Amino acid sequence: MRALIVDDSRAVRAMIGRIVRELGFSVVEAGNGAEALARLAESGTADVALVDWNMPEMNGVEFVVAARAVPAYASMRIVMVTSESEMGRVASALDAGANEYLMKPFDAEALREKLALVGVGAA
Amino acid sequence: MTTTTPIADADFDFVRAIVRADSAIALEAGKEYLVESRLLTLARSQGLDSVGALVAQLRQRPASDLRYKVVEAMTTNETSFFRDITPFDALRTHIIPDLLVRRAQCQQIRIWCGAASTGQEPYSLAMLLREHFPALSSWKVQITATDISREVLEKARAGRYGQLEVNRGLPAPLLLKYFERDGVHWQIKPVLKSMVSFREMNLVGPWMIGEADIVLLRNVLIYFEVDVKRQILGNIRRVMRPDGYLLLGSAESTMNIDDNYKRVPVGRANAYQAAAAQERAA
Ligand SMILES: C[S@@+](CC[C@H](N)C(=O)[O-])C[C@H]1O[C@@H](n2cnc3c(N)ncnc32)[C@H](O)[C@@H]1O
Repeated sequence: MRALIVDDSRAVRAMIGRIVRELGFSVVEAGNGAEALARLAESGTADVALVDWNMPEMNGVEFVVAARAVPAYASMRIVMVTSESEMGRVASALDAGANEYLMKPFDAEALREKLALVGVGAA
Repeated sequence: MTTTTPIADADFDFVRAIVRADSAIALEAGKEYLVESRLLTLARSQGLDSVGALVAQLRQRPASDLRYKVVEAMTTNETSFFRDITPFDALRTHIIPDLLVRRAQCQQIRIWCGAASTGQEPYSLAMLLREHFPALSSWKVQITATDISREVLEKARAGRYGQLEVNRGLPAPLLLKYFERDGVHWQIKPVLKSMVSFREMNLVGPWMIGEADIVLLRNVLIYFEVDVKRQILGNIRRVMRPDGYLLLGSAESTMNIDDNYKRVPVGRANAYQAAAAQERAA
């Protein structure tokens, strides 16, 4: 199983990376949406993408829209992982094609449960 | 900060006896630090500066409201939406469809959550029913949620949750559909709230509960000794309809405690029926 972690904070990428590696995922990292698309183009699709919202160059929701336009990534599950917590934000992320939404701050258990909800990794 | 010194042995024994008598929660040796930390919080809220002072008051007035508060402080209320997911999968794929057929005549389903804590479990059930069983909208569906703790019941009735709670196990589409943002909280919408009624009930007190088609008693038997588990499982057989279902927590089982139950093989859920019901169905 492969996880794509998209966040402009290296510390956050490392923190999420530790949790998903422990669950047996291999990890690909990107610092923004554009980089994430480049990583996907290089190495092929991921089983799940964990995507921050506010990032330079291309934000998380723009990435979701772009990724959802590519048939090869259709089965990739997308979980937004962001400090945006307004209902309108949750709604527009799901509308754009995200499968789940996790609000920062969160603990490892909450992330594991979200992965289970989107059907990657055990509950 | 004062350093936490473990509670005096005599005080621990005294508290342990009260908690056991009033709630059946077993506090084995080794739980001194747990008792100390929970009761210190309670002591401070009562304007007392130590657990020793709290227990001294308790000894003076053993029949006071303080006694209830001590017992309540020793309950563990950990819960989350769709906790462990497997029981909810079992309800969706097997149990509710089965009852839809069996109860087609009376069009009524009664569900009891016997240790509902802050309400995530009964509200998850309510969401599951609304999402997957639209036919039930014209049935009489009753979800009764009980707990020994008044504090958790108050929170459950309010249906207001913090970010850490809605982050746990709740699918985002259901958050959007069934909650409203209210400042830093998320408030359960009235459609869902009206499906669940909350009530205080002690599992080792008088059983004031009507017949149920489904009983959820999850993650509470683990706190009790085996004789209490046996007594409660026996009581459940009396309130559960003969073809009803019992769901236990992931670390709980009827095995070697009450032979009158048979496990229902639905996924990894700990689902049980009365043994007699399974023989009839076979
Ligand atoms: C760990 S929570 C379980 C919540 C939920 N069923 C779940 O699985 O997520 C245990 C609950 O059992 C309640 N409890 C403990 N002893 C009880 C008793 N004697 N009668 C009724 N409820 C009790 C506690 O107050 C607590 O809310």
